[in-house]
Amino acid sequence: MAEQYAIEMRGITKTFGSTVANKNVDLAVKNGEILALLGENGSGKTTLMNMLSGIYKPDSGSIFVDGKEVTIDSPEDAKRLGIGMVHQHFKLVDVFSAADNIWMGKEKPGFALSKKRYKEIDEITKKFGFELDPEKKVYNMAVSEKQTLEIIKVLYYGAKIIILDEPTAVLTVQEIERLFGVLRRMKEEGHAIIIITHKLNEVMDISDRVAIMRKGEYITTVNTAETSEQELTEWMVGRKVDLNIDRPVVETTRPLLEVRDLTINNDEGATAIDNVSFYIRGGEILGVAGIAGCGQKELCEAIAGLRPIVSGQMIHKGDNIVGLTPKAILEKGISMSFIPEDRLGMGLAPSMSIIDNMLLKKYRDSKGPFVDRKTGREDAERVIKELEVVTPSAETPVRRLSGGNVQKVLLGREIKAGPNVIVTAYPVRGLDINSSYTIYDILNKQKTEGVGILFVGEDLDVMLALCDKIMVLCHGKVMGVVHAHKTNKEELGLMMTGTLDLSEKYADKPAGFARDTLFEDGNKKEEQE
Amino acid sequence: MDKLGVITSFIHNIIVFNIPLLYGTVGEIVVEKSGSLNLGVEGTMAVGAIFGYIFGCYANSLGVGILVAFLAGAIFGLLFAALTVSFQANQNITGLTLTTFGLGIYFFVGNSVKSTGWPVMADYENVKEGFADIDIPLLSDIPLIGRGIFSHNLLVYLGIIIAVAVWWYLKHTSLGLRLRAIGENPAAADSVGINVNRMKYIHICLGCGIMGIGGYYMGLNMSGSFNSSCWINGYGWIAVALVIFANWSPAVAIFGTFVFGFFNTLRVSGTSIAAAFPETLGWLADIPAQMYQALPFIITAVVLVVTSIRNKRGSSGLPAALGLNYFREDR
Repeated sequence: MAEQYAIEMRGITKTFGSTVANKNVDLAVKNGEILALLGENGSGKTTLMNMLSGIYKPDSGSIFVDGKEVTIDSPEDAKRLGIGMVHQHFKLVDVFSAADNIWMGKEKPGFALSKKRYKEIDEITKKFGFELDPEKKVYNMAVSEKQTLEIIKVLYYGAKIIILDEPTAVLTVQEIERLFGVLRRMKEEGHAIIIITHKLNEVMDISDRVAIMRKGEYITTVNTAETSEQELTEWMVGRKVDLNIDRPVVETTRPLLEVRDLTINNDEGATAIDNVSFYIRGGEILGVAGIAGCGQKELCEAIAGLRPIVSGQMIHKGDNIVGLTPKAILEKGISMSFIPEDRLGMGLAPSMSIIDNMLLKKYRDSKGPFVDRKTGREDAERVIKELEVVTPSAETPVRRLSGGNVQKVLLGREIKAGPNVIVTAYPVRGLDINSSYTIYDILNKQKTEGVGILFVGEDLDVMLALCDKIMVLCHGKVMGVVHAHKTNKEELGLMMTGTLDLSEKYADKPAGFARDTLFEDGNKKEEQE
Repeated sequence: MDKLGVITSFIHNIIVFNIPLLYGTVGEIVVEKSGSLNLGVEGTMAVGAIFGYIFGCYANSLGVGILVAFLAGAIFGLLFAALTVSFQANQNITGLTLTTFGLGIYFFVGNSVKSTGWPVMADYENVKEGFADIDIPLLSDIPLIGRGIFSHNLLVYLGIIIAVAVWWYLKHTSLGLRLRAIGENPAAADSVGINVNRMKYIHICLGCGIMGIGGYYMGLNMSGSFNSSCWINGYGWIAVALVIFANWSPAVAIFGTFVFGFFNTLRVSGTSIAAAFPETLGWLADIPAQMYQALPFIITAVVLVVTSIRNKRGSSGLPAALGLNYFREDR
């Protein structure tokens, strides 16, 4: 007897205009199984899953639920069939409470809204083993809470088949552990789970089987226990890939950017960065590690001139940059690229083409009142070619690109401007292996050319391999700056949580002050030594 | 006694002259809460006005007039919904077009009827009497304010009832919750199985129907005298602004309508108030008529500036997806 699948897709094809997003894809999941769907950015994983959740309709192919053929025309149909999807960009109403976000999709909720709904949702939340205040508004929630809410939502609607689209991209290490615990429990209860990810260690950790897609095509499905990260990578990328990150040794220059006693407030007026000092030399990558929301965003914005500082000094090659306009800072060669948690928001205009986005930072250079689109086009095409951006053309609006390609365009534009200091936050957030390595290569190339890089990251393994030094932040305070080759994950983890404070490690040298500083008083100190 | 009578009549006028704004505002709130920005309030009210008035007179029934006005507005809303929801047309342009189109229908139908004999409201007993003031027992006997607030025609009471009902519907019913979800984030609403397009159609038609009744009211309040200027006279536009002032709450809209109406009515009652209280309020008569005419629009501008400053996160009733068409497969 053939094995009964909870859900099975056969020969699914989906095209958008002339782009083939999915070509003849097969996929099957059993009850009580976790299937990882693995593939690079833009390989059609999300599109495929959106056909299960009713967002898209396949052009051809068939879908079976519990062995019976079904058609899914709308999310309503999917819900009725017991398919629930946690989308990568959460589908939540910000101004609603947690309970209302669930309640709005409830079948037969009754005509009048009563306060009892909070109690019912609270009970359900506890029954599923989660913790969430049902009256909390979504805009007050942290990312992990929003995700929890999404999971409770699909469970509440009675989903048997649960799809999670890159659920770990925005979570911290501890949150991922917790999520995986939840997934394992749901698996034991007999749910069929599909998890989209491109982090190989997670695939190995959580899944029973792995389905691999490449450029819209289905490659194969393998048992997780019988494969390795190396093998999966080769299937995913289609060729052998070196999983090591280079850390070229470059002769460093005197400090390019020095920050002393910097204090910054966040939007609510609380202290985000508290008396922080550090410096970046040309030819080095300084990593910034810390739990999400420890002032990383505020720090980046302050350096770029987008946020006023409370006190402290920032000098670039000996010149003060505090109080300069973002434009003046840009002209000094300091470039900032920040990939926010939702990966869309910042730095690019989504509806404009790649060319126009290239021009956003350059239009002032054109002679006369007209924009020089010719150079813009050349720049755009060079970035597309050098960084292997997957796009139908340079005229394509940025929002039509997949996440990784958007990030390549953003970073590509920043580098085009020829900066000497690059501030980049989460440049590989949500990116697949190939794209991530392209980004690391770009950064390393800049480093060897003598650029100083501030790299705000989240993956400690990557930071340990890529950065020369790592500064650890905890609640806006520096817990110390360590050499990447002399430390390890455990030490960084302890510093991130504030358990270990190495900021006073060297008694002879204040933390974050360069010996050969370009600050006036520092020079004197140097002469004395 | 006479002086008090002036105040009573001033209060009365504030309500009588400005209730159409409440209809327009509440109707537009229903539409906007579904995420659709309909700038065609003026045209929708005009269509409701002309059809409601003519059919109400022909049938010699206020009820028929109200029903026809509602339907005419709703059909206009259906047009807006078809263009913006099904055909994804730009909402701003569609709304502006409907204003022009509605006023065109108003004059076309009005003039056609006029050439064969205009129905004069005084000849239709049931319409005239149906629109007469109804005293609410006891309350209308309160000195000074009683006859100003509690002695009005049926449509005034209906307008207040609709506003309160819509407020309750939006805030305290499951359907209202779903409607708000669509206005905030249609993709989220869609993903939990709410039929976004159907909800939009229904509420756009409902809101436009309410506007239609407001238009009908204006026609009746001018005793149905049809001449070169439209009955609606810019009230539709003021309603669009009042929605913002009311922060998308029908309850606040009642308050907003009367605050606005206070200034609007000074134009009419200013001279008689000045005459009744020459020592304290005599200066009201010195304000030029043009100033009074400009006042409603100056107030509108001030209100828009003030409300735009007020916006704090979570406190704004502005639907986040207002003005954006929803297409499920859009990325």
